[in-house]
Formats: sequence, structure tokens, C-alpha cells
Amino acid sequence: MSRRKTERLLSLVVCLLSARRYLTAAQIRAAVPGYPDSFDAFKRMFERDKDELRELGIPLETGTNASGDEELGYRISRQAYELPEITLEPDEAAVLGLAARVWRRAELAGAAEGALLKLRAAGIDAEDLTQPGIEPRVQTPEAAFGPLWEAVRDRRPVTFAYRAAGRSAAQQRNLEPWGVVNRRGRWYVAGQDVDRGAERVFRLSRIDGPVRFTGPVGTVVVPPGTDVRAAVRDWDAEPIVPRSCRVRIRSGAGYGLRRHALSIEPDDTDGWDIAELHFTDNGWWSEHLASFGADVVVLEPSDLRDAVIGRLKGVLT
Amino acid sequence: MSADASPRVARSSRTPATATATERLQRLLALVPYVVSRNSVGMAETAATFGVSERELVDDLNLLWCVELRSPDPYCPIDLSYEGGEIVVSEAEAIGRPLRLGVDEACALLIALRMLAELPSIGEGSALSRTIAKLEAAAGAAAGPAAQIAVQVDNITAQSAAAAVTEALNRGRRLHLSYYVPGRDEATERDVDPMRLLVVEGRSYLEGWCRRADDVRLFRLDRVLAIEVLDVARDVPAGAEQVDVDHGLFRPSPQDVQVVFELAPAGRWVAEYYPCEQIEELPDGRLRIQLRTPDTQWVRRLALRLGEDGRLLAPADLADQIGDDAAQALDYYA
Repeated sequence: MSRRKTERLLSLVVCLLSARRYLTAAQIRAAVPGYPDSFDAFKRMFERDKDELRELGIPLETGTNASGDEELGYRISRQAYELPEITLEPDEAAVLGLAARVWRRAELAGAAEGALLKLRAAGIDAEDLTQPGIEPRVQTPEAAFGPLWEAVRDRRPVTFAYRAAGRSAAQQRNLEPWGVVNRRGRWYVAGQDVDRGAERVFRLSRIDGPVRFTGPVGTVVVPPGTDVRAAVRDWDAEPIVPRSCRVRIRSGAGYGLRRHALSIEPDDTDGWDIAELHFTDNGWWSEHLASFGADVVVLEPSDLRDAVIGRLKGVLT
Repeated sequence: MSADASPRVARSSRTPATATATERLQRLLALVPYVVSRNSVGMAETAATFGVSERELVDDLNLLWCVELRSPDPYCPIDLSYEGGEIVVSEAEAIGRPLRLGVDEACALLIALRMLAELPSIGEGSALSRTIAKLEAAAGAAAGPAAQIAVQVDNITAQSAAAAVTEALNRGRRLHLSYYVPGRDEATERDVDPMRLLVVEGRSYLEGWCRRADDVRLFRLDRVLAIEVLDVARDVPAGAEQVDVDHGLFRPSPQDVQVVFELAPAGRWVAEYYPCEQIEELPDGRLRIQLRTPDTQWVRRLALRLGEDGRLLAPADLADQIGDDAAQALDYYA
């Protein structure tokens, strides 16, 4: 069954590619073996075949040969069908082979393999890399990646439930997505938040449940000059005005702090140093300092000192 | 500890036996130009490229050869032979060139190439920019959406370490690292024979034979405090096993400790950052997570960081130890 269908579809493609003119359904039926005798059954099958060819990306065109013709005909333009000439030097083919491996096991793995196969079919030998020992990978564990990539690609608005950091309940958000960015191994989507009337960035791992399309293809307009990478970078960035703090660090400990210290001097008490450090966010920084336990003691400022004490007391509650 | 462990099965690895009629059509439409562009090509090589057995390949070739169009006069548009294990296509009619790249296909490769361009070790060469330009030209409009998706690779500090790793790999040299282990809050010195440079989840790692541990280890390059290419030849033992990049970098071992945390909404980030064996939603946005780690020191530091946003439920002795850690730290503020 499946083999006969493949034969029919292949014959149909060859027939329409070879035709110099639009062929009517009746002409196609006469030329391509494998269609049923009943005209209605043929029409139904032909409609499905057309859809399947279009899904493969085959540019099936509809039109008439002369302006007076009433019946529509079909053809596949060779120029629209054929991959243009492309030749790669050996070093170019090597990076292409490496690029095709990047998505392995991730969302676009099948697309990358399909592309590589077509390029091989065009005569390119994209064999394994000449570059020794480099293995780059992108992963897409977030279920929201697939639908959001489709939404960005097809310019469609979406809706999803989103659980913002520290919130206990998810909120429904409506977004015109502009782009999807992976930063520090995490996926983000940037776009226009329709309800808030402003640009927003969302982390894909915090999307709760399915992403649904809320409008037709081609309806999202990405403002000219939009830089989605910059949008995500800014969203993720720390405030720019740093504050300074003084902490006591036990000798031989606190390497994670010493790396970034502005100055370190021995304390009057034996076995301790005093370090001066910059920080931007009281919340994150107090958590970081608390994680050093009894090896780090905050001297000032007092709000930071209180925050660390609060963290430590929280462990005991 | 930064990899997300959730495995994902590739959608493309469908076996030819279950391939649909359209998937087979795609293969046939690539098979003809594959042979045409090479004039003649061996059966075994072709079967390997297309991921099919030689028997399936013969079936494909017979199917192509049997294609017949009936109008106006019957004719066979494709003529080919595969005598002596060499395939030759003498008549390919209209399908001698491959189909254009689809949007997903063009974008998958372009996004990956642009990501590679951010890696100092390969990004500097001109091969990447030449490949990107050629691929964009060949893909035409299908390349458009690739501009709306980007993968950024880590920061400058990791990039200078990556350059040293690449140099050592290319010259076959040993490396000396000064490496920060945040879980233990230690700076360690070690000699490493490099095996590969991995770039996973936006971060670069050196995979190498650590002469201190006498085992394969991964080193996150943004935690390298200093790196030096030594004038010693690289010496990786024959049995050194590479990490399987496609199944998560960090896999729990049977010796690991199993820990259970209950997280308040403000502590949910833990489940995003560390690979969990189990994640259970509780009322009010709370989570119960279970993970394995070889490093109880790391667990103690995480619990202190979380404060009231997270509570270690198990193991009980570790929870007691964390209580002592907090009490001791608070003594300094008394």
C-alpha cells in the first residue's frame, strides 16, 4: 500500500516537473498511474496528494495556461523546486558537518539531517569534521520550544500560562513573539506582551502547560531594528550600579569570593582576612554569602548583614 | 552540576521499515541527485549515507526504475543500473537536482553555524563565514527566520581558556589547570591530558584525563582560574571513556547520595538549574524534588543559600549537619 503510494507520488512529481504547461486534473489522471477509476475517488486522493507534496516543501503551483481557460491546472516550476548550485571547499564542508551535529537529539535534529541529506544530494561531501575534539550541542528539553519556534517562524501570536520567578501561581500571558534565544544554556522568548502593551522576555522552562496559537500565520510584525539577543541580555543583566561590602573570610576558605575581591587584608584576629567586594543585588548576594556558612561573616553594610542573618535563621525555622 | 538531564529522543531516527510514503519519497528525491552528482557511486556507501540496508536500497532503485508515465505515450522517465555494486543513473528526467531546503532545514543549519561562529576555536577561521554565505544564498527566502533565533555561548573568560584547550588539542600537549570547585569552595591544581572541547547548554567544558583523579573529568571553562599549555606530550590512557554528550553530561552514579528538598516558590529555580530525578508539584506553588549527587558539601551550601526557601527532607543526618552549619555561622553574628 505504502509502496504504491510512494510510486504514485513520485510519478506525480516527475510528471508535474516535466510539464511545460499547467496540467488539468484530467490530464494528470491520464498520465499518472495508480489513481482510482471513479472520478470522485480520484479527486479526493489527488487533493490529499497535493497537500502532502506541499508539506514536503514541493512548490506545487496552480494556474491556467491562457487567460480564457476556466479549469485550473497544476505544475511544479523547476526553478522553484531545485536547490540552486552550491559547492563547498573541504574546510567549509567540515564545519557544515559539525553544524549538523549541533542539534543531535534536540528539536531541530530531523531538520538538520534533512538539510544535510539534500546538500549531499547536491554533490557535497560533508564528512566528519577535520577539527579535532570539538563537540558542540544545543538541547531543547523545554516542551514550549517546538511551538514557539513555529510561532516565530510563521509570525503567529501565542498564549501560554507562565510562572514568574518566585510566584506561586501561573498567569495566562498573550505574546506576539519576535524571537527565541538561548542564553547560558536556557531558552527565552522575546516579544510584545499584548496585555501589558510592552516588550517582555519569558523563560521557556517557566511556561506551564501548552503553548497555543491565537492568530493566523503572518500576523505578527517584528518592529524593524529589533535585536532579540540584546532584549534577552538586558532582561538577564544585573543592575549597573554596584555597592561595596566588607566581609571577614576564614583563611584558606572562600575562594569563590577571593577571586572577585577588590582588596584582601589580614584581619587583626588570627586565621581571618578582611575583603572588600562589589555587589549589585542584595537578595542574590546575601544568598551567596550565606552559602559559605561559618567561613564568611558580613561586617557591613547592615542591610546585607541582616539579610544574611535572615537567610541563616531561615534554615533553622 | 548544571546539565539538564531530561533525555529527548530524536524524532528523525525513524527506521526505514516504519517510514511513511512521504518520507520514502523524500529519500528517493535525494537519492537520484546524489548519484547523478557523483556520476557513479557504490551501493554500500549510498546505503550508509541514507541510513538504509543494501536490500532496501535495491528496492528503492527498482521503484525508481519502474516509474512510468502514460500520457501522451507511455514512457519511463528514469533509467539506472546497479550492476557490480555501482549505481549509475543514465536518465533522471526532472529530478536530477535535489529539492530546495525547507525553512526548518535551512534555519537548523544556519543557527548552528552562527553558534559555532561564537566559539573562539573555530569561529576565527573564515570557513564559517564562507559556509554561512553560501548556505544563505542557496536557501534563499527559507533562511529568513534563522535571524530570529540565536544560541549564545558563554563569556569572555571561558573563551580565553577555550583557546588554550584548542591549542593543546591541536599540538597534543598536556594542560595545567588551576580550577575552582564551587561545591567545595576550593581552588585545585591539576594536570589534565585534553580529550575534547565540549560545548553543551551554552557552556564550554574541557573533557580530559585528570592525572590527579586518574580518571576522565569535565572542567567548566568559566571556572578555570589559570591555564597553561605544558611542554609535555598528551598521554590519554587507551581505556579512557568519552562522556556521551547526547545523554546529559552529568549522570548519577550508584554511589551518589539521594537528597530530597521541599522548595518554596522562591526556591523553584533549583529544579531548573540541577538535574532532578523527580519533581513533584505541591500546593501553593511548592515543589518536592529528588536528586542524586556525589557531593554532600554542595548540598550543605545549597541549603544555606536557600534559607527558608528550601528544606532538606532527606537524608536526616545531612539535614542535622545543615542545622549545625547555620547555627555555627549565626554564632559569629551574636
